[in-house]
Amino acid sequence: MTEFLSQYAFVIVPVVKIVLLVFIVLTVDAYLTWLERKVIAHIQARWGPYRVGPHGLLQPLADGAKFILKEDPTPDGVDKKVYFFAPFLTLMLALTSLAVIPFGPDIRIGSFTTNFGIADLNISLLVLFAITALSVYGIALAGWSSNNKYSLLGGLRSSAQMISYELSMTLSVVGVLLMAGSLSLKEIVQLQDNGNLGLLGWNIIGFSKDGAGFTQVIGCLCFFISAIAETNRVPFDLPEAESELVGGYHTEYASMKFAMFFIGEYTAMITVSCLSTILFFGGWLSPFPASWIWAHYLPSVILIPLGLWVIFDGIRYETILGRIVLPGLGTALVLIGVALAAFTRANELVQGPFWFFGKLFAVLFFYIWMRGTLPRFRYDQLMDFGWKFLLPVSIANVILTSAFILWRMHG
Amino acid sequence: MSFALLMFFVLAGLAVLGALALILQRHPIHSALSLILVMLSLAGLYLLMGAEFVAAVQIIVYGGAVMVLFVFVIMLLNAGEEERTNFSKLASVAGIPLALALAGVIAAAIARGSGHLPSATNGELTSTRELSKLLFSEFVYPFELTSFLILVAILGAIVLAQREQN
Repeated sequence: MTEFLSQYAFVIVPVVKIVLLVFIVLTVDAYLTWLERKVIAHIQARWGPYRVGPHGLLQPLADGAKFILKEDPTPDGVDKKVYFFAPFLTLMLALTSLAVIPFGPDIRIGSFTTNFGIADLNISLLVLFAITALSVYGIALAGWSSNNKYSLLGGLRSSAQMISYELSMTLSVVGVLLMAGSLSLKEIVQLQDNGNLGLLGWNIIGFSKDGAGFTQVIGCLCFFISAIAETNRVPFDLPEAESELVGGYHTEYASMKFAMFFIGEYTAMITVSCLSTILFFGGWLSPFPASWIWAHYLPSVILIPLGLWVIFDGIRYETILGRIVLPGLGTALVLIGVALAAFTRANELVQGPFWFFGKLFAVLFFYIWMRGTLPRFRYDQLMDFGWKFLLPVSIANVILTSAFILWRMHG
Repeated sequence: MSFALLMFFVLAGLAVLGALALILQRHPIHSALSLILVMLSLAGLYLLMGAEFVAAVQIIVYGGAVMVLFVFVIMLLNAGEEERTNFSKLASVAGIPLALALAGVIAAAIARGSGHLPSATNGELTSTRELSKLLFSEFVYPFELTSFLILVAILGAIVLAQREQN
Protein backbone atom coordinates (compact mmCIF):
# COMPACT_ATOMS: atom_id res chain seq x y z
CA MET A 1 0.00 0.00 0.00
CA THR A 2 2.70 2.52 0.98
CA GLU A 3 4.69 1.47 -2.08
CA PHE A 4 1.70 2.14 -4.31
CA LEU A 5 1.17 5.50 -2.63
CA SER A 6 4.76 6.65 -3.06
CA GLN A 7 4.85 5.43 -6.65
CA TYR A 8 1.75 7.32 -7.73
CA ALA A 9 2.13 10.28 -5.35
CA PHE A 10 2.58 12.64 -8.29
CA VAL A 11 -0.97 11.83 -9.42
CA ILE A 12 -2.73 11.27 -6.08
CA VAL A 13 -1.47 14.39 -4.28
CA PRO A 14 -2.59 16.90 -6.96
CA VAL A 15 -5.98 15.21 -7.35
CA VAL A 16 -6.59 15.34 -3.59
CA LYS A 17 -5.46 18.96 -3.53
CA ILE A 18 -7.75 19.91 -6.43
CA VAL A 19 -10.80 18.30 -4.82
CA LEU A 20 -10.02 19.97 -1.49
CA LEU A 21 -9.40 23.37 -3.07
CA VAL A 22 -12.61 23.35 -5.12
CA PHE A 23 -14.62 22.29 -2.06
CA ILE A 24 -13.04 24.96 0.14
CA VAL A 25 -13.31 27.70 -2.46
CA LEU A 26 -16.98 27.05 -3.14
CA THR A 27 -17.70 27.12 0.59
CA VAL A 28 -15.71 30.31 1.03
CA ASP A 29 -17.58 31.86 -1.93
CA ALA A 30 -20.88 31.03 -0.26
CA TYR A 31 -19.83 32.54 3.07
CA LEU A 32 -18.30 35.54 1.29
CA THR A 33 -21.82 36.44 0.15
CA TRP A 34 -22.96 36.13 3.78
CA LEU A 35 -20.07 38.32 4.96
CA GLU A 36 -20.76 40.85 2.22
CA ARG A 37 -24.43 41.12 3.12
CA LYS A 38 -23.65 41.39 6.83
CA VAL A 39 -20.93 44.03 6.42
CA ILE A 40 -22.93 46.16 4.01
CA ALA A 41 -25.98 45.84 6.24
CA HIS A 42 -24.02 47.11 9.22
CA ILE A 43 -22.56 49.95 7.14
CA GLN A 44 -26.14 50.92 6.31
CA ALA A 45 -27.35 50.44 9.91
CA ARG A 46 -29.37 47.27 9.18
CA TRP A 47 -29.06 43.72 10.52
CA GLY A 48 -28.58 41.81 7.27
CA PRO A 49 -29.45 38.09 7.03
CA TYR A 50 -30.71 37.01 10.48
CA ARG A 51 -33.58 34.54 10.08
CA VAL A 52 -32.01 31.44 8.47
CA GLY A 53 -29.89 29.89 11.20
CA PRO A 54 -28.13 31.79 14.02
CA HIS A 55 -26.96 35.19 12.72
CA GLY A 56 -28.13 34.09 9.24
CA LEU A 57 -25.28 31.56 9.04
CA LEU A 58 -27.40 29.10 7.04
CA GLN A 59 -28.42 31.76 4.51
CA PRO A 60 -25.82 30.64 1.91
CA LEU A 61 -27.27 27.10 2.08
CA ALA A 62 -30.78 28.45 1.54
CA ASP A 63 -29.53 30.54 -1.38
CA GLY A 64 -27.86 27.48 -2.88
CA ALA A 65 -31.04 25.41 -2.58
CA LYS A 66 -33.00 28.24 -4.19
CA PHE A 67 -30.58 28.44 -7.12
CA ILE A 68 -30.87 24.71 -7.77
CA LEU A 69 -34.67 24.55 -7.48
CA LYS A 70 -35.51 27.65 -9.55
CA GLU A 71 -36.94 27.23 -13.04
CA ASP A 72 -34.35 27.70 -15.74
CA PRO A 73 -36.06 29.10 -18.82
CA THR A 74 -34.14 29.64 -22.06
CA PRO A 75 -35.33 32.83 -23.76
CA ASP A 76 -36.44 32.87 -27.37
CA GLY A 77 -33.90 33.62 -30.07
CA VAL A 78 -30.76 33.07 -28.02
CA ASP A 79 -27.66 31.62 -29.61
CA LYS A 80 -28.00 28.28 -27.78
CA LYS A 81 -24.42 27.03 -27.96
CA VAL A 82 -22.84 30.28 -26.82
CA TYR A 83 -25.61 30.94 -24.28
CA PHE A 84 -24.88 27.64 -22.50
CA PHE A 85 -21.11 27.89 -22.90
CA ALA A 86 -20.63 31.37 -21.40
CA PRO A 87 -21.39 30.61 -17.71
CA PHE A 88 -19.27 27.44 -17.86
CA LEU A 89 -16.38 29.42 -19.29
CA THR A 90 -16.63 32.07 -16.56
CA LEU A 91 -16.68 29.54 -13.73
CA MET A 92 -14.00 27.33 -15.29
CA LEU A 93 -11.53 30.17 -15.77
CA ALA A 94 -12.20 31.56 -12.30
CA LEU A 95 -11.54 28.19 -10.64
CA THR A 96 -8.50 27.45 -12.84
CA SER A 97 -6.80 30.68 -11.86
CA LEU A 98 -6.62 29.54 -8.21
CA ALA A 99 -4.45 26.58 -9.23
CA VAL A 100 -1.26 28.64 -9.48
CA ILE A 101 -1.64 30.56 -6.19
CA PRO A 102 0.76 29.51 -3.40
CA PHE A 103 -1.22 29.75 -0.15
CA GLY A 104 1.74 29.16 2.14
CA PRO A 105 5.30 27.82 2.36
CA ASP A 106 6.03 24.23 1.37
CA ILE A 107 4.48 21.62 3.65
CA ARG A 108 6.81 19.03 5.15
CA ILE A 109 5.26 15.90 6.63
CA GLY A 110 8.02 13.49 7.58
CA SER A 111 10.18 13.07 4.49
CA PHE A 112 7.40 14.13 2.13
CA THR A 113 7.47 17.72 0.85
CA THR A 114 4.81 19.36 -1.26
CA ASN A 115 3.95 22.93 -2.19
CA PHE A 116 0.97 24.65 -0.54
CA GLY A 117 -1.10 25.06 -3.67
CA ILE A 118 -1.81 22.97 -6.73
CA ALA A 119 0.77 23.97 -9.32
CA ASP A 120 4.12 25.65 -8.71
CA LEU A 121 5.07 27.16 -12.09
CA ASN A 122 7.92 29.52 -12.84
CA ILE A 123 5.59 31.69 -14.92
CA SER A 124 2.61 31.60 -12.56
CA LEU A 125 2.03 35.36 -12.78
CA LEU A 126 1.83 35.19 -16.58
CA VAL A 127 -0.59 32.28 -16.35
CA LEU A 128 -2.83 34.37 -14.10
CA PHE A 129 -2.74 37.28 -16.55
CA ALA A 130 -3.52 34.90 -19.42
CA ILE A 131 -6.57 33.59 -17.57
CA THR A 132 -7.69 37.14 -16.73
CA ALA A 133 -7.32 38.06 -20.39
CA LEU A 134 -9.58 35.15 -21.38
CA SER A 135 -12.22 35.78 -18.74
CA VAL A 136 -13.57 38.73 -20.72
CA TYR A 137 -15.18 36.22 -23.06
CA GLY A 138 -17.49 34.76 -20.45
CA ILE A 139 -19.20 38.10 -19.84
CA ALA A 140 -19.01 39.43 -23.41
CA LEU A 141 -20.43 36.24 -24.93
CA ALA A 142 -23.15 35.94 -22.29
CA GLY A 143 -24.25 39.45 -23.13
CA TRP A 144 -24.18 38.89 -26.86
CA SER A 145 -25.87 35.49 -26.97
CA SER A 146 -28.81 36.50 -24.75
CA ASN A 147 -30.57 38.33 -27.61
CA ASN A 148 -31.38 41.25 -25.34
CA LYS A 149 -30.24 44.81 -25.84
CA TYR A 150 -29.47 45.39 -22.15
CA SER A 151 -27.38 42.22 -22.03
CA LEU A 152 -25.56 43.24 -25.19
CA LEU A 153 -24.78 46.66 -23.76
CA GLY A 154 -23.49 45.02 -20.57
CA GLY A 155 -21.29 42.67 -22.60
CA LEU A 156 -19.90 45.51 -24.71
CA ARG A 157 -19.19 47.62 -21.65
CA SER A 158 -17.39 44.78 -19.94
CA SER A 159 -15.15 44.00 -22.90
CA ALA A 160 -14.17 47.67 -23.33
CA GLN A 161 -13.61 48.07 -19.59
CA MET A 162 -11.60 44.90 -19.12
CA ILE A 163 -9.29 45.63 -22.06
CA SER A 164 -8.66 49.16 -20.77
CA TYR A 165 -7.87 48.18 -17.19
CA GLU A 166 -5.87 45.08 -18.10
CA LEU A 167 -3.12 47.38 -19.39
CA SER A 168 -2.63 49.27 -16.15
CA MET A 169 -3.01 46.07 -14.11
CA THR A 170 -0.17 44.41 -16.03
CA LEU A 171 2.03 47.53 -15.92
CA SER A 172 1.51 48.11 -12.20
CA VAL A 173 3.04 44.69 -11.46
CA VAL A 174 6.22 45.43 -13.44
CA GLY A 175 7.75 47.27 -10.46
CA VAL A 176 7.43 44.13 -8.33
CA LEU A 177 8.86 42.01 -11.12
CA LEU A 178 11.85 44.34 -11.48
CA MET A 179 12.62 43.90 -7.79
CA ALA A 180 12.04 40.16 -7.71
CA GLY A 181 13.52 39.25 -11.09
CA SER A 182 11.14 36.31 -11.31
CA LEU A 183 7.66 35.51 -12.59
CA SER A 184 7.08 32.80 -9.98
CA LEU A 185 4.69 33.88 -7.24
CA LYS A 186 6.49 31.65 -4.74
CA GLU A 187 9.83 33.31 -5.44
CA ILE A 188 8.25 36.77 -5.29
CA VAL A 189 7.09 36.00 -1.75
CA GLN A 190 10.39 34.41 -0.72
CA LEU A 191 12.30 37.50 -1.91
CA GLN A 192 10.22 39.71 0.39
CA ASP A 193 11.47 37.66 3.34
CA ASN A 194 14.32 39.71 4.82
CA GLY A 195 14.68 37.97 8.16
CA ASN A 196 14.57 40.62 10.86
CA LEU A 197 13.09 43.37 8.68
CA GLY A 198 9.65 41.73 8.95
CA LEU A 199 6.95 43.99 7.59
CA LEU A 200 9.48 46.49 6.23
CA GLY A 201 10.65 43.93 3.68
CA TRP A 202 7.28 43.66 1.95
CA ASN A 203 7.11 45.15 -1.50
CA ILE A 204 4.71 47.88 -0.43
CA ILE A 205 7.46 49.31 1.81
CA GLY A 206 10.33 47.79 -0.07
CA PHE A 207 13.38 47.65 2.19
CA SER A 208 15.82 44.98 1.15
CA LYS A 209 19.29 43.93 2.21
CA ASP A 210 21.03 45.11 -0.95
CA GLY A 211 19.19 48.45 -0.83
CA ALA A 212 17.76 47.97 -4.34
CA GLY A 213 14.16 47.89 -3.18
CA PHE A 214 11.79 50.70 -4.01
CA THR A 215 8.45 51.23 -2.33
CA GLN A 216 5.57 49.95 -4.46
CA VAL A 217 2.78 52.06 -2.94
CA ILE A 218 1.90 53.51 -6.34
CA GLY A 219 2.06 50.09 -7.97
CA CYS A 220 -0.15 48.61 -5.24
CA LEU A 221 -2.79 51.34 -5.60
CA CYS A 222 -2.84 51.04 -9.40
CA PHE A 223 -3.00 47.25 -9.18
CA PHE A 224 -5.83 47.22 -6.69
CA ILE A 225 -7.93 49.78 -8.56
CA SER A 226 -7.53 48.00 -11.90
CA ALA A 227 -8.14 44.65 -10.22
CA ILE A 228 -11.51 45.90 -8.96
CA ALA A 229 -12.33 47.00 -12.49
CA GLU A 230 -11.23 43.61 -13.85
CA THR A 231 -13.52 41.76 -11.48
CA ASN A 232 -16.46 44.09 -12.28
CA ARG A 233 -17.04 45.15 -8.69
CA VAL A 234 -18.31 48.44 -7.29
CA PRO A 235 -17.43 51.21 -8.21
CA PHE A 236 -16.62 49.64 -11.59
CA ASP A 237 -19.66 47.37 -11.92
CA LEU A 238 -21.00 49.03 -15.06
CA PRO A 239 -21.51 45.74 -16.97
CA GLU A 240 -24.29 44.91 -14.52
CA ALA A 241 -25.45 48.40 -13.54
CA GLU A 242 -29.00 47.54 -12.52
CA SER A 243 -30.28 51.11 -12.62
CA GLU A 244 -29.41 51.40 -16.31
CA LEU A 245 -29.22 47.86 -17.71
CA VAL A 246 -31.70 45.77 -15.65
CA GLY A 247 -29.14 43.07 -14.79
CA GLY A 248 -26.53 43.73 -17.46
CA TYR A 249 -24.95 40.72 -19.12
CA HIS A 250 -26.77 38.19 -16.93
CA THR A 251 -30.29 39.59 -17.34
CA GLU A 252 -31.46 36.51 -19.24
CA TYR A 253 -29.79 33.94 -17.00
CA ALA A 254 -31.63 32.19 -14.19
CA SER A 255 -31.11 29.38 -11.72
CA MET A 256 -27.74 27.56 -11.72
CA LYS A 257 -26.49 29.37 -14.84
CA PHE A 258 -26.86 32.66 -13.01
CA ALA A 259 -25.25 31.11 -9.94
CA MET A 260 -22.24 30.16 -12.06
CA PHE A 261 -21.63 33.80 -12.98
CA PHE A 262 -22.08 34.68 -9.34
CA ILE A 263 -19.59 32.06 -8.11
CA GLY A 264 -17.21 33.04 -10.90
CA GLU A 265 -17.29 36.66 -9.81
CA TYR A 266 -16.62 35.85 -6.16
CA THR A 267 -13.85 33.40 -7.05
CA ALA A 268 -12.22 36.04 -9.25
CA MET A 269 -12.43 38.38 -6.27
CA ILE A 270 -10.61 35.83 -4.09
CA THR A 271 -7.92 35.25 -6.74
CA VAL A 272 -7.26 38.96 -7.13
CA SER A 273 -7.08 39.43 -3.36
CA CYS A 274 -4.62 36.52 -3.11
CA LEU A 275 -2.56 38.13 -5.84
CA SER A 276 -2.37 41.53 -4.17
CA THR A 277 -1.45 39.81 -0.89
CA ILE A 278 1.36 37.94 -2.61
CA LEU A 279 2.68 40.78 -4.73
CA PHE A 280 2.62 43.65 -2.25
CA PHE A 281 1.96 42.37 1.27
CA GLY A 282 4.46 39.56 1.63
CA GLY A 283 2.14 36.59 1.03
CA TRP A 284 2.45 34.16 3.93
CA LEU A 285 5.25 36.09 5.70
CA SER A 286 4.72 37.34 9.23
CA PRO A 287 4.81 41.14 9.66
CA PHE A 288 7.06 40.72 12.70
CA PRO A 289 10.84 40.15 12.68
CA ALA A 290 11.79 36.47 12.69
CA SER A 291 13.47 36.83 16.12
CA TRP A 292 10.18 37.69 17.86
CA ILE A 293 9.21 34.17 18.90
CA TRP A 294 6.15 35.34 20.86
CA ALA A 295 4.52 36.37 17.58
CA HIS A 296 4.07 32.66 16.82
CA TYR A 297 1.37 32.52 19.51
CA LEU A 298 -0.75 35.18 17.79
CA PRO A 299 -3.09 32.62 16.15
CA SER A 300 -4.00 31.33 19.65
CA VAL A 301 -4.22 34.87 21.05
CA ILE A 302 -6.79 35.72 18.37
CA LEU A 303 -8.67 32.40 18.24
CA ILE A 304 -9.26 31.94 22.01
CA PRO A 305 -10.90 35.35 22.74
CA LEU A 306 -12.90 35.04 19.49
CA GLY A 307 -14.15 31.63 20.59
CA LEU A 308 -14.99 32.91 24.09
CA TRP A 309 -16.92 35.84 22.59
CA VAL A 310 -18.88 33.48 20.30
CA ILE A 311 -19.75 31.29 23.34
CA PHE A 312 -20.78 34.36 25.37
CA ASP A 313 -22.91 35.64 22.48
CA GLY A 314 -24.36 32.18 21.84
CA ILE A 315 -25.75 31.43 25.33
CA ARG A 316 -27.93 34.56 25.15
CA TYR A 317 -29.14 33.94 21.57
CA GLU A 318 -32.90 34.05 20.92
CA THR A 319 -33.41 30.67 19.20
CA ILE A 320 -32.65 27.24 20.66
CA LEU A 321 -30.65 26.28 17.55
CA GLY A 322 -28.46 29.33 18.08
CA ARG A 323 -27.99 28.47 21.77
CA ILE A 324 -26.66 25.05 20.70
CA VAL A 325 -24.68 25.89 17.54
CA LEU A 326 -22.93 29.13 18.55
CA PRO A 327 -21.42 27.87 21.86
CA GLY A 328 -20.36 24.70 20.02
CA LEU A 329 -18.61 26.77 17.37
CA GLY A 330 -16.99 28.92 20.05
CA THR A 331 -15.74 25.88 21.96
CA ALA A 332 -14.22 24.49 18.76
CA LEU A 333 -12.38 27.78 18.15
CA VAL A 334 -11.07 27.87 21.73
CA LEU A 335 -9.92 24.22 21.50
CA ILE A 336 -8.08 24.92 18.22
CA GLY A 337 -6.44 27.97 19.81
CA VAL A 338 -5.34 25.95 22.88
CA ALA A 339 -4.04 23.11 20.68
CA LEU A 340 -1.99 25.56 18.60
CA ALA A 341 -0.45 27.02 21.75
CA ALA A 342 0.31 23.57 23.18
CA PHE A 343 1.80 21.74 20.18
CA THR A 344 4.85 23.49 18.69
CA ARG A 345 4.82 21.47 15.46
CA ALA A 346 1.20 22.33 14.69
CA ASN A 347 1.97 25.94 15.56
CA GLU A 348 4.86 26.06 13.05
CA LEU A 349 2.71 24.45 10.37
CA VAL A 350 -0.06 26.99 10.79
CA GLN A 351 2.07 30.18 10.78
CA GLY A 352 2.22 30.66 6.99
CA PRO A 353 -1.46 29.95 6.24
CA PHE A 354 -2.53 32.05 9.26
CA TRP A 355 -0.85 35.19 7.93
CA PHE A 356 -1.85 34.49 4.32
CA PHE A 357 -5.53 34.00 5.10
CA GLY A 358 -5.49 36.86 7.59
CA LYS A 359 -4.23 39.26 4.92
CA LEU A 360 -6.61 37.72 2.38
CA PHE A 361 -9.51 38.37 4.74
CA ALA A 362 -8.38 41.98 5.22
CA VAL A 363 -8.24 42.59 1.46
CA LEU A 364 -11.65 40.96 0.92
CA PHE A 365 -13.10 43.05 3.73
CA PHE A 366 -11.71 46.17 2.03
CA TYR A 367 -13.42 45.07 -1.21
CA ILE A 368 -16.77 44.80 0.57
CA TRP A 369 -16.19 48.05 2.46
CA MET A 370 -15.68 49.82 -0.87
CA ARG A 371 -18.94 48.37 -2.13
CA GLY A 372 -20.74 49.74 0.89
CA THR A 373 -19.14 53.17 0.53
CA LEU A 374 -18.61 54.26 -3.05
CA PRO A 375 -21.14 55.11 -5.77
CA ARG A 376 -20.77 53.81 -9.33
CA PHE A 377 -18.67 55.58 -11.97
CA ARG A 378 -20.25 57.17 -15.01
CA TYR A 379 -19.06 55.41 -18.17
CA ASP A 380 -17.00 58.30 -19.59
CA GLN A 381 -15.44 58.87 -16.16
CA LEU A 382 -14.46 55.21 -16.08
CA MET A 383 -12.71 55.41 -19.46
CA ASP A 384 -11.03 58.75 -18.65
CA PHE A 385 -9.81 57.42 -15.31
CA GLY A 386 -8.39 54.23 -16.84
CA TRP A 387 -6.62 55.74 -19.83
CA LYS A 388 -5.71 59.26 -18.70
CA PHE A 389 -4.83 58.66 -15.05
CA LEU A 390 -4.18 55.02 -14.16
CA LEU A 391 -2.15 54.10 -17.23
CA PRO A 392 0.28 57.10 -17.08
CA VAL A 393 0.71 56.64 -13.33
CA SER A 394 1.56 52.96 -13.65
CA ILE A 395 4.04 53.73 -16.46
CA ALA A 396 5.61 56.40 -14.23
CA ASN A 397 5.91 53.77 -11.49
CA VAL A 398 7.81 51.47 -13.86
CA ILE A 399 10.20 54.29 -14.82
CA LEU A 400 10.73 55.39 -11.21
CA THR A 401 11.36 51.86 -9.95
CA SER A 402 13.76 50.92 -12.73
CA ALA A 403 15.65 54.21 -12.40
CA PHE A 404 16.01 53.66 -8.64
CA ILE A 405 17.21 50.09 -9.04
CA LEU A 406 19.70 51.15 -11.72
CA TRP A 407 21.01 53.93 -9.46
CA ARG A 408 21.43 51.61 -6.46
CA MET A 409 23.19 48.96 -8.52
CA HIS A 410 25.54 51.18 -10.54
CA GLY A 411 25.56 54.61 -8.90
CA MET B 1 7.76 10.81 -24.51
CA SER B 2 4.59 8.90 -25.28
CA PHE B 3 2.56 11.27 -23.11
CA ALA B 4 4.08 14.31 -24.86
CA LEU B 5 3.32 12.73 -28.23
CA LEU B 6 -0.29 12.06 -27.19
CA MET B 7 -0.65 15.65 -26.01
CA PHE B 8 0.80 16.84 -29.30
CA PHE B 9 -1.80 14.94 -31.30
CA VAL B 10 -4.64 16.15 -29.07
CA LEU B 11 -3.54 19.79 -29.35
CA ALA B 12 -2.73 19.59 -33.05
CA GLY B 13 -6.09 17.93 -33.69
CA LEU B 14 -7.85 20.69 -31.77
CA ALA B 15 -5.97 23.34 -33.76
CA VAL B 16 -6.95 21.74 -37.07
CA LEU B 17 -10.57 21.29 -35.93
CA GLY B 18 -10.71 24.92 -34.84
CA ALA B 19 -9.28 26.11 -38.14
CA LEU B 20 -11.84 24.03 -40.09
CA ALA B 21 -14.66 25.32 -37.90
CA LEU B 22 -13.42 28.87 -38.46
CA ILE B 23 -14.08 28.49 -42.18
CA LEU B 24 -17.22 26.35 -42.00
CA GLN B 25 -19.15 28.26 -39.32
CA ARG B 26 -21.67 30.69 -40.72
CA HIS B 27 -21.84 33.15 -37.86
CA PRO B 28 -18.88 35.56 -37.42
CA ILE B 29 -18.90 35.14 -33.61
CA HIS B 30 -18.69 31.35 -33.93
CA SER B 31 -15.81 31.79 -36.37
CA ALA B 32 -14.05 34.13 -33.95
CA LEU B 33 -14.49 31.59 -31.14
CA SER B 34 -13.02 28.86 -33.34
CA LEU B 35 -10.04 31.12 -34.00
CA ILE B 36 -9.57 31.49 -30.23
CA LEU B 37 -9.54 27.69 -29.97
CA VAL B 38 -6.77 27.60 -32.60
CA MET B 39 -4.75 30.19 -30.67
CA LEU B 40 -5.15 28.30 -27.39
CA SER B 41 -4.09 24.97 -28.88
CA LEU B 42 -1.08 26.67 -30.46
CA ALA B 43 -0.19 28.02 -27.01
CA GLY B 44 -0.47 24.45 -25.71
CA LEU B 45 1.93 23.29 -28.44
CA TYR B 46 4.44 25.98 -27.46
CA LEU B 47 4.15 24.86 -23.86
CA LEU B 48 4.82 21.30 -24.96
CA MET B 49 8.07 22.49 -26.57
CA GLY B 50 9.08 24.14 -23.30
CA ALA B 51 8.56 27.72 -24.48
CA GLU B 52 6.52 28.83 -21.47
CA PHE B 53 6.86 32.56 -21.99
CA VAL B 54 5.85 32.40 -25.65
CA ALA B 55 2.85 30.25 -24.73
CA ALA B 56 1.65 32.70 -22.08
CA VAL B 57 2.17 35.69 -24.40
CA GLN B 58 0.30 33.87 -27.16
CA ILE B 59 -2.73 33.59 -24.89
CA ILE B 60 -2.44 37.12 -23.42
CA VAL B 61 -1.87 38.95 -26.70
CA TYR B 62 -3.71 36.86 -29.30
CA GLY B 63 -6.28 35.01 -27.20
CA GLY B 64 -6.90 37.97 -24.94
CA ALA B 65 -6.32 41.33 -26.56
CA VAL B 66 -6.56 40.77 -30.33
CA MET B 67 -9.49 38.36 -30.33
CA VAL B 68 -11.41 40.40 -27.75
CA LEU B 69 -11.22 43.31 -30.19
CA PHE B 70 -12.49 41.05 -32.99
CA VAL B 71 -15.40 39.87 -30.88
CA PHE B 72 -16.05 43.42 -29.70
CA VAL B 73 -16.28 44.75 -33.26
CA ILE B 74 -18.50 41.88 -34.40
CA MET B 75 -20.82 42.51 -31.45
CA LEU B 76 -20.80 46.28 -31.99
CA LEU B 77 -21.65 45.99 -35.69
CA ASN B 78 -24.23 43.35 -34.84
CA ALA B 79 -23.12 41.21 -37.79
CA GLY B 80 -25.65 38.53 -38.74
CA GLU B 81 -25.21 35.13 -40.30
CA GLU B 82 -23.36 34.98 -43.56
CA GLU B 83 -25.03 33.62 -46.66
CA ARG B 84 -23.47 30.73 -48.50
CA THR B 85 -22.30 31.70 -51.98
CA ASN B 86 -21.40 29.47 -54.87
CA PHE B 87 -17.88 28.21 -55.03
CA SER B 88 -15.87 30.97 -56.71
CA LYS B 89 -14.30 30.26 -60.10
CA LEU B 90 -10.97 31.70 -59.08
CA ALA B 91 -10.86 29.28 -56.16
CA SER B 92 -11.38 26.20 -58.33
CA VAL B 93 -8.91 27.33 -61.03
CA ALA B 94 -6.10 28.78 -58.95
CA GLY B 95 -6.86 28.23 -55.26
CA ILE B 96 -7.13 24.47 -54.96
CA PRO B 97 -4.08 23.63 -57.14
CA LEU B 98 -1.98 26.19 -55.26
CA ALA B 99 -3.12 24.87 -51.90
CA LEU B 100 -2.24 21.31 -52.97
CA ALA B 101 1.14 22.49 -54.23
CA LEU B 102 1.88 24.20 -50.91
CA ALA B 103 0.88 21.07 -48.99
CA GLY B 104 3.18 19.03 -51.28
CA VAL B 105 6.15 21.35 -50.70
CA ILE B 106 5.71 21.23 -46.92
CA ALA B 107 5.32 17.44 -46.96
CA ALA B 108 8.46 17.10 -49.08
CA ALA B 109 10.43 19.32 -46.72
CA ILE B 110 9.34 17.25 -43.74
CA ALA B 111 10.07 13.98 -45.56
CA ARG B 112 13.59 15.16 -46.50
CA GLY B 113 14.24 15.93 -42.85
CA SER B 114 13.95 12.12 -42.35
CA GLY B 115 11.66 12.51 -39.37
CA HIS B 116 14.18 14.61 -37.43
CA LEU B 117 13.32 18.28 -37.69
CA PRO B 118 15.87 20.61 -36.12
CA SER B 119 14.83 21.77 -32.68
CA ALA B 120 13.38 25.27 -32.58
CA THR B 121 15.00 25.95 -29.24
CA ASN B 122 18.76 26.24 -28.92
CA GLY B 123 19.85 25.53 -25.40
CA GLU B 124 18.49 27.86 -22.78
CA LEU B 125 16.63 30.20 -25.12
CA THR B 126 13.23 29.15 -23.80
CA SER B 127 13.43 30.81 -20.39
CA THR B 128 11.97 34.29 -19.96
CA ARG B 129 15.28 35.68 -18.77
CA GLU B 130 17.29 34.45 -21.77
CA LEU B 131 14.62 35.56 -24.19
CA SER B 132 14.51 39.09 -22.79
CA LYS B 133 18.34 39.33 -22.69
CA LEU B 134 18.44 38.48 -26.38
CA LEU B 135 15.56 40.82 -27.17
CA PHE B 136 17.14 43.78 -25.41
CA SER B 137 20.73 43.25 -26.55
CA GLU B 138 21.14 41.59 -29.92
CA PHE B 139 17.73 42.41 -31.38
CA VAL B 140 17.15 45.71 -29.61
CA TYR B 141 16.95 47.83 -32.81
CA PRO B 142 14.39 45.68 -34.68
CA PHE B 143 12.44 45.34 -31.42
CA GLU B 144 12.28 49.09 -30.75
CA LEU B 145 11.57 49.84 -34.42
CA THR B 146 8.59 47.48 -34.29
CA SER B 147 7.21 49.30 -31.28
CA PHE B 148 7.57 52.61 -33.15
CA LEU B 149 5.65 51.06 -36.04
CA ILE B 150 2.83 50.10 -33.70
CA LEU B 151 2.87 53.56 -32.10
CA VAL B 152 2.53 55.14 -35.56
CA ALA B 153 -0.46 52.90 -36.25
CA ILE B 154 -2.10 53.98 -32.97
CA LEU B 155 -1.48 57.66 -33.72
CA GLY B 156 -2.90 57.16 -37.22
CA ALA B 157 -6.10 55.70 -35.77
CA ILE B 158 -6.45 58.66 -33.37
CA VAL B 159 -5.88 61.17 -36.20
CA LEU B 160 -8.53 59.48 -38.34
CA ALA B 161 -11.02 59.48 -35.47
CA GLN B 162 -10.33 63.15 -34.68
CA ARG B 163 -10.79 64.22 -38.29
CA GLU B 164 -14.24 62.66 -38.38
CA GLN B 165 -15.20 64.52 -35.21
CA ASN B 166 -14.18 67.90 -36.64
